[in-house]
This record gives sequence, structure tokens and C-alpha cells, in this order.
Amino acid sequence: MSVNLTELGEHILASLPGAAKAADVGLGELTIRAEAGEIVRVLTFLRDDARCRFVCFIDLCGVDYPAREKRFDVVYHLLSPHHNVRIRVKVETDETTPVPSATGVFPAANWYEREAYDLYGILFSGHPDLRRILTDYGFEGHPLRKDFPLTGFVEVRYDDEEKRVVYEPVRLNQEFRNFDFLSPWEGTEYVLPGDEKAKAN
Amino acid sequence: MGEHQIRNFSINFGPQHPAAHGVLRLVLELDGEVVERVDPHIGLLHRGTEKLIEAKTYLQAVPYFDRLDYVAPMNQEHAYALAVERLLGITVPKRGQLIRVLYSEIGRLLSHLLNVTTQAMDVGALTPPLWGFEEREKLMIFYERASGARMHAAYFRPGGVHQDLPNKLLDDIWDFCDPFLKVLDDLEGLLTDNRIFKQRNVDIGVVTLEECWKWGFSGVMVRGSGAAWDLRKAQPYECYEELEFDIPVGKNGDCYDRYCIRMEEMRQSVRIMKQCLEKLRSPEGQGPVSATDHKIVPPKRSEMKRSMEALIHHFKLYTEGYHVPAGEVYAAVEAPKGEFGVYLVSDGTNKPYRCKIRAPGFAHLQAMDFLCRGHMLADVSAVLGSLDIVFGEVDR
Repeated sequence: MSVNLTELGEHILASLPGAAKAADVGLGELTIRAEAGEIVRVLTFLRDDARCRFVCFIDLCGVDYPAREKRFDVVYHLLSPHHNVRIRVKVETDETTPVPSATGVFPAANWYEREAYDLYGILFSGHPDLRRILTDYGFEGHPLRKDFPLTGFVEVRYDDEEKRVVYEPVRLNQEFRNFDFLSPWEGTEYVLPGDEKAKAN
Repeated sequence: MGEHQIRNFSINFGPQHPAAHGVLRLVLELDGEVVERVDPHIGLLHRGTEKLIEAKTYLQAVPYFDRLDYVAPMNQEHAYALAVERLLGITVPKRGQLIRVLYSEIGRLLSHLLNVTTQAMDVGALTPPLWGFEEREKLMIFYERASGARMHAAYFRPGGVHQDLPNKLLDDIWDFCDPFLKVLDDLEGLLTDNRIFKQRNVDIGVVTLEECWKWGFSGVMVRGSGAAWDLRKAQPYECYEELEFDIPVGKNGDCYDRYCIRMEEMRQSVRIMKQCLEKLRSPEGQGPVSATDHKIVPPKRSEMKRSMEALIHHFKLYTEGYHVPAGEVYAAVEAPKGEFGVYLVSDGTNKPYRCKIRAPGFAHLQAMDFLCRGHMLADVSAVLGSLDIVFGEVDR
């Protein structure tokens, strides 16, 4: 990894005015923030430019930040085997705004976009076949969203009378226990029940 | 006689098929015996690993990685451990690094042995898996003697490895190495010049290097097409820089080249293992096996019997766990199947905010349609075998 990442980031920013917004280097990795609508232009440039040559598509994934107005990050990871350098490109979107599909630039994006759609409900415009990929046939909801419960909503079992697999609402014999181990004296911001009395006097 | 109505034929391959290497359902559209379209349906082994990891502390997430590519468990833990270590900014002591490299290479042997021999079975040979599995059993005993478990080891932990290796185990691994090379020769004797094996594999599933990159291939798949690209050399992690080994490269990018590369990589792995064992016995290879920062790595049980501080550390680490500074990192290792990466986003608490697992098999499997078009139906299982798919990591 001999390439100067800061210089490479500046080169990319200068070459893509209006599409690439910011470049920062952290923990030895270069991250580009881009406009969601311009992502195809950004990826094409990164693939074809002589100083970039990010020809290898590594990964695409969603990240959910429910508190934000545009709640999803779509994160692309690319690799340049010619210059031996990696790059991360991030765009922001929400539940209803589609991101242009990268399948035209990298055919490998196909399944990764299906996965992001399946797990987060991120929409991709121009995708040839945006079906669910990992979850069950007929599954409802997007399980990796932060507001989707860990236990899910339905469970399956084989019904001996109906002679088929049936779906039922999840029934837990013991309630799901989520321990909050964050120490009350460092880290949490909520008030423990009873603590308000200490400050009242 | 009127004109014959010719229509394409669709068949289901799997989900329960011995050549599907797990639970894969392929919907094949055939014109006679020629494959027109392949639509893999995956997700039958989806367990929501990424969601579960978000609800666990950093240490509790380790065993999930064993269950991804269950053929070479420790290589997956390795990528996760590297990601957490980079966020925490800690380094692993020399002895820990050597043990990690040693066991990563054992994992590579485990995976390649399984793949080469079962791929041979898919194209009609029966003896190779019997011979290969005997060796895998020996290797899994080495796993067991290090970690206590044959497969689901949870041995590479952020900071180093869980426990030191006894000297007798190092001797036994050393004694395994040379006879194993003889077994590889025997296996090659069965397959390399075998007429049937070559007829089924040469010029099947050819990919060019340019196609490899844009389909996101890695590992043996790109090396088979002529790129000398190996993360152990290109972006070295741990102590791979100090070790001597060669990277075999193919010429034609077909199934047969990929088989040859896997055989040669096993020889190179044995070479790396021997160097590690020598270093583990030399003075430079002595010392602790994991970082000594007890805010991250729990103390030894013997210390806990005497030191109050050690007892508190132990309690805090196994209940609350350690906090990882906010940030994001992508760490990748050269797993036997290709580039296995972990994209970890931390928000500063004791649980990962997001942990995306980049499995090489996912990228390889999605190219099935592109690889199999125009091939015969029987070639589908040969191509599938040479992609080296394990559903634990594809479906997550």
C-alpha cells in the first residue's frame, strides 16, 4: 500500500465536482462520500481512471441509522489490484428514494444489491431483477433494520395435521432478555429508576 | 408430420443434491442438454448471523464466524479479530501471530482437501475423498488439541489466541507435515493425469482475468486466470512478510487449473507451517500468545486466584465486555476460498453497530449463470465444485 491516500482522495474530489463530496482517511483507509444520484458516474470514474483502476468489486452493504433523516448508508468497497489500494464509497438514502444500480458498471453488484434490498429495503433503480435473496420465499419486512426485533415476528414448524410447514407468530416461553451491561457510571445517559430521588433533595 | 414444437426444459437442481455442496437450489433452463440459464436460489441456510452479531458483545461474536465457512473455521475468526484489533489499536505478540499463521494454514489444508476431493467425486471419482478425509481427520484433531473443539474453535480472539500450544502438539504437527506431502503425491497420482478427470475439467468454466475482477472474484479464482494476487503477499497481515512461500498461478482459467493451484497451495501451506513451527521453537517465538492489556484480554485463571484486580477484569470482560472506539474498518484475509472480509462499524459501545461479512463464495456463486451458459448439464456440477462453495458463508 504505497499510494498516498490523501493525494488520491484529493485527485478524486477534483475530478468529480458535484458527485464526490468529501474524502477522508481513517485507520489507513480512504472513504469517499458521494451523491447518491451520481453513484454510477463515481464508480465508472473509479474503475476507468488511470490513477484509480478500482476494477475489482469487493462489497456493497447497507448500514441503518434510524435517527437520521436519510436513514441508510450504502457502502461500496472496491479494490485496485493494479495499485494495490482499497477504497470505500458511501452514499446516503432513505426508504423511498432509490439509488441508481451499479450493475451496469460491475455485474457483481447484482446480488449485493438484492441483499441490501432484502435486508434493509433499500431500493435500486435500473436493477434487472430486484428480488429477495437471503430470506424465505414470501418473507415480510427487512430484518437488518434496527427497528426489526431480533426474535422476528413469525416462526415455522411442521404441522402434522395439515401435513405442511406452517407459519405462526413467535411465541417465547421465556421473554427475550437483553442485558444492558453498559456501566451506569460510564456511558449511559438514561436515569436508573430511583436515581431521580437522589437529586430531588 | 408437422413441425415439432421445441421448448426449453426447466429442472430443479437441489436443494438436496450431493453435488450441490450444501443446500443450494439451482433452477436450470435447458435446451436439450445445453444450459441456457442458471438461477441459483440461496438463503436456505440463512441464520441472520449479522443481525445476531449486532446483539452480542465483541467477544461473543467470535463463535459465529466458525459457523460461516465451517470447512476452515479459524480463517474466518482471523478476519474478525484483525478488524477489532485495528479499531482498538492493539498488536498481537509474535508468538500469537505465529500460532495464528500456523492454524490459518491448517485451515487452508482442511478446505482445499475437502474441495479437491469432493470435486473429484462430483466428476466421478470415489477414492480421493476417502483418502482426503483421513488427513482432514488428523488436522481436526490438531484443532481439537489447541482449542478443545474439532470445528467450532473460537480460538483466534481479538488480541491474540485463546491459549498457548503444548510442545508435544508442535512436535506432532511437525511429524504430520512430511508424510502429508506423500499423501498429496498419491492424490495427484489419482487425479492429475487421469483421463476422465481431465476430460471433465479441462476447458470447463473458463474465465478471463478481466471478467474475474468485475465479477468480484478472489483467491484461487483469480489466480487460476493468471493474476499473481494473494493478500498474504500483496497486503501482508500478521507475520506473512517474514515467511517464504510461492504463489501458484494458472494459465487457462479453467476448472483443471484451479485444481492444480489448490494442490500446489497445499504444498506451500505445509512449507509455511514448517517455518512457523521452527520459529515457535526458537527464542524469537517465545512469550505471550495474546496482548497483555487486561482491559481487552481476560487474565489467566491462576492470576484470578490471587489478584483482586484480575478477578474484576475477568468479571467485567465476560459480562459487559470491552468498549471499542467509534469508527469503521474493513479487514480482509486470504481465506482458502478467496478474500474473506469483515466490515465493522463501531459506535463506541460494547457491541458492534454493524458487521458486514464479505464472503468469497457469495461473489463466486452469483457468477454461476455467466460461467455455465452454453455448457452441458453435467458440467454444472464440475463448475460448482471448482468454485469452492460452502453455504455457511454464502447464506450467513
